[in-house]
Amino acid sequence: MDIGIVGYGAYVPRLRISVEEIAKVWGTNAENFRKGLIVDEKSVPESDEDTVTIGVEAGRNALLRAAINPKKIGALYIGSESHPYVVKPSGTVVAEALGLGTSLMLADFEFACKAGTAAMQCCYGLIKAGEIDYGMAIGADTAQGKPGDALEYTAAAGGAAFVLGKDPLAILEGTCSFTTDTSDFWRRERQDYPMHGARFTGKPAYFRHVLTATKNLMEKLSLNIDDIDYFVFHMPNGKFPTAAAKTLGIPMEKIAPGLVVKRMGNCYSGSSPVGLCATLDIAKPGQRILMTSYGSGAGSDSFSFMVTDRIIERRDMAPKTEYYLKNKKNIDYGTYVKLRGKLRM
Amino acid sequence: MTYKSSVPMFWRLQGSKYRLVGTRCTKCNSVFFPPRSLCPKCRRKGTVEEMTFSGKGEIISYTIIRTAPEGFEKYVPYAVAIIKLDEGTNISGQIVGNNIEGMAIGMRVRPVFRRMFEDGDRGLIQYGIKWEIDKGDSTS
Ligand SMILES: [Zn+2]
Repeated sequence: MDIGIVGYGAYVPRLRISVEEIAKVWGTNAENFRKGLIVDEKSVPESDEDTVTIGVEAGRNALLRAAINPKKIGALYIGSESHPYVVKPSGTVVAEALGLGTSLMLADFEFACKAGTAAMQCCYGLIKAGEIDYGMAIGADTAQGKPGDALEYTAAAGGAAFVLGKDPLAILEGTCSFTTDTSDFWRRERQDYPMHGARFTGKPAYFRHVLTATKNLMEKLSLNIDDIDYFVFHMPNGKFPTAAAKTLGIPMEKIAPGLVVKRMGNCYSGSSPVGLCATLDIAKPGQRILMTSYGSGAGSDSFSFMVTDRIIERRDMAPKTEYYLKNKKNIDYGTYVKLRGKLRM
Repeated sequence: MTYKSSVPMFWRLQGSKYRLVGTRCTKCNSVFFPPRSLCPKCRRKGTVEEMTFSGKGEIISYTIIRTAPEGFEKYVPYAVAIIKLDEGTNISGQIVGNNIEGMAIGMRVRPVFRRMFEDGDRGLIQYGIKWEIDKGDSTS
């Protein structure tokens, strides 16, 4: 029987800060960021929101669409680089809040921005092996950029959850990964903000991994660009996924539905998963979606999904991604600094 | 350093704090939140069973907090409301979204999962349910 996504859901906090508002404070040219990064604004969590609360909201939406008893979920894996505790899993709080059972395999995952898709692969493997009937994978983050750093314009908050199992709304046709030791982005213990290799984050890091994983999966499944209706690539900004699509000869309209970064920034582990949710929101039965994540350090996970008739009945059972993108309130830099705990008092 | 909150006490109340688990009397249909193990009307003639509230309801009264207790300063100004849950019984809680100017009695609300309290920088983070105004536009 086919295995795939039986329920999905995104969550994006309501607050936004624009590229202009950040540029004004640091004396930079907003237009350069807006055009160069293809990002207009990024989402900002309220002071009572974190990876756990985002995971719960996204998970709730995924369960609404899956329409199953939450106790049937046999595994919960959450990928994030901003787990609220260093020691104590995010997953136990999320599981309790969603009313999952206690016969539950659970762990928090970390792999920069691709820990959420690694969680999807683990659930898929366990279901395929017959160990569990349903698994939930979540990618969520409240990313932080150092004040004044280029990352500050894009580091955002949000996440997505997927219930995987049988009788799916999107069949998981295949997955593969490409992983190397490439240090383009890192954060050491007790450091508030990450370091990055500036230009090194491009060609040897993002592009090499995303393009190789995507090509490898297409080869594995004997697919070419024409067989695939939509592509979702990890979105550190708008420029990288657009350039990756150009390199592969993918028409821009095939990446447009999932290109949420322009309106919400990069929510790290939630980035390509939220893009996948936005694409599932509009995809028709019989259409194929290819998603490739990217995590610094570095690796990419690629997935091919075939949308089924089930999408029609389940799509409207929870808020769509567009609802969260539209339902927003812009804040100024001062409010942003207060909310993100950047003030030392 | 001493912590203000009791770890075991919070753990015992997790079901009601995270998921609004209350109780219901099967004899007279009265609902209870926080949960009661005995129906005050039916006493020992009634049977009380667990029931999870949807959290949806309507504001029947509210107040704006401008001078907050310790730990809540960052939310000021914020609203605390008494909410009549759709399944019956009232509950009080914080309204998120900071749209205090637009608040009114009779408005619909729905539950959101948020951080409730942080016990300093080293203690536990307590999570629970707050509410947001429900304009009925989330699924359309
Ligand atoms: Zn009774």
